[in-house]
Amino acid sequence: MISMEEGKKDFIAAPTEEQIVQNVLAKFPDLVNHRATKTRRVYFKADIDVLFSLCKYMRDEMNFVHCSCVSGVDWETHLGTVYHISNYETGIMVEISVDIPYDKPEVDSVTPLWNGANFHEREAAELFGIVFNGHPDPRKLLLIEEYDFYPFRKSFKPAEVR
Amino acid sequence: MAEMTVFLGPQHPFGHGLWTIKATLDGEVITDADPIIGYLHRGWEKECESRLFPQIIPMSSRLCYGSSLTWEHLYAKTAEELLGVEVPERAKYLRVIAIELCRIQSHLMWLAALGTDLGNLTVFLYAMRERELLLDLMVKLCGQRMTTNYPRIGGVRNDAPENYERDVLRVLKHLETKHKEQIDLNDNSSIFLSRMQDIGVVSKAEACNMGLVGPSMRASGVDFDVRRDDPYEVYDQFDYEVPVRKEGDAYARYSVRIEEMYQSAEIIRQAFKQMPEGPYRVKVPRAAPVGSHVARVEDPRGESLMWIVGDGGRTPYRLKVRSPNFVTLSLTKKLLLGYRLADLPAIMGSIDVCMGETDR
Repeated sequence: MISMEEGKKDFIAAPTEEQIVQNVLAKFPDLVNHRATKTRRVYFKADIDVLFSLCKYMRDEMNFVHCSCVSGVDWETHLGTVYHISNYETGIMVEISVDIPYDKPEVDSVTPLWNGANFHEREAAELFGIVFNGHPDPRKLLLIEEYDFYPFRKSFKPAEVR
Repeated sequence: MAEMTVFLGPQHPFGHGLWTIKATLDGEVITDADPIIGYLHRGWEKECESRLFPQIIPMSSRLCYGSSLTWEHLYAKTAEELLGVEVPERAKYLRVIAIELCRIQSHLMWLAALGTDLGNLTVFLYAMRERELLLDLMVKLCGQRMTTNYPRIGGVRNDAPENYERDVLRVLKHLETKHKEQIDLNDNSSIFLSRMQDIGVVSKAEACNMGLVGPSMRASGVDFDVRRDDPYEVYDQFDYEVPVRKEGDAYARYSVRIEEMYQSAEIIRQAFKQMPEGPYRVKVPRAAPVGSHVARVEDPRGESLMWIVGDGGRTPYRLKVRSPNFVTLSLTKKLLLGYRLADLPAIMGSIDVCMGETDR
């Protein structure tokens, strides 16, 4: 339906769940953890350094034209980001999860690939303190400029719930 | 001519909520536009981390008062799938009926707001008048007009009241005749057409890449609807059309939403015909297993998604909301660039802004 670079020979407009897993594993053999969780859902766990090339591969050769969501998360031992990207031909949604160490909270931005990730990354940056390298507009979005803490980290305790 | 910066908002009639557009103008033409949001940021996702699973349902309805039932349903559905609960068949049909009623009333509220944006108060009054009938149906079903608190984890709160089918069908029939009059009022007005056509144009590739979803995306020619292409509940049981337009301008977004209301009415009719007897709610466990789950639905404004992480406890470890409008507002510059300041209310009115779900 929509292709970013038409006429590419590896381009698959409507890959099935198995095709996605097979193609990605052939291209990125180091991915430790992957599964087709259920109908129209595929899960990958990627390293920080392959994230951008994996996302680029998904967009250009698997036709994942839409980035639904980028979530930051604090796993208490490390931080993480989770990407949900979808294919409009098949309705398949792929989840890519990345671990980020506390002492160097940096990850490549996917906004140059999908502009839809723009606000999500700005939000995760200010709420979790994750730096997105290569983000075109790394200002604060929801919080005021003076905030120098990261409210969505687990170490930040909100007021007692009554 | 010297450039001028105009702050539109946070209290401005075009906004339908608290947000600001920092627009740079060259004469009347917009040369730059920067959305400033966050006035309603209340840490909704963090707050959920200290709430029990059922306590989050009424919180979800406060995400957006217009489409509150859709948000409750999305949360209930995500939590169910994390907890591994199978919902009874009758509850699925009741949910579909409630969601589609909610979609029609949300679209009617958008139509009313679009009327005021364009200075046409007749459209506002007519749309609000018809919406009242749908709110009455909501009161009958849920006991509430807007923040409905109707879906539950494992079903719905109560069964449909007596004669509900008769009441709903009567309202839908009335709505379709009245609605036709309203639409004629707009479509036969050259003022309305000249203010809506050829402004805020978004192409197909841009709509995909920039994360535009729902009716606005379908107005740009992308044929995708979560209800049809990634079906949830019982949406694969119905026969309906997904309206798609090619133009990508404000008028195309308007006509997609108008057509969607008729299709929603069609879905409700089919749902009543197919709805089986049986239980409408099951018992559910209180603690979630360790793991994460993602679910998405078609909101009146587009694809909304929740990603929920369980850590074995009775509260979610992390709950992430993808709000359609949050991403749509990142397109502000793209939508407005090169158009005149007077086009701004029409363009922004055509994307149906709701700030509660945007800032969370």
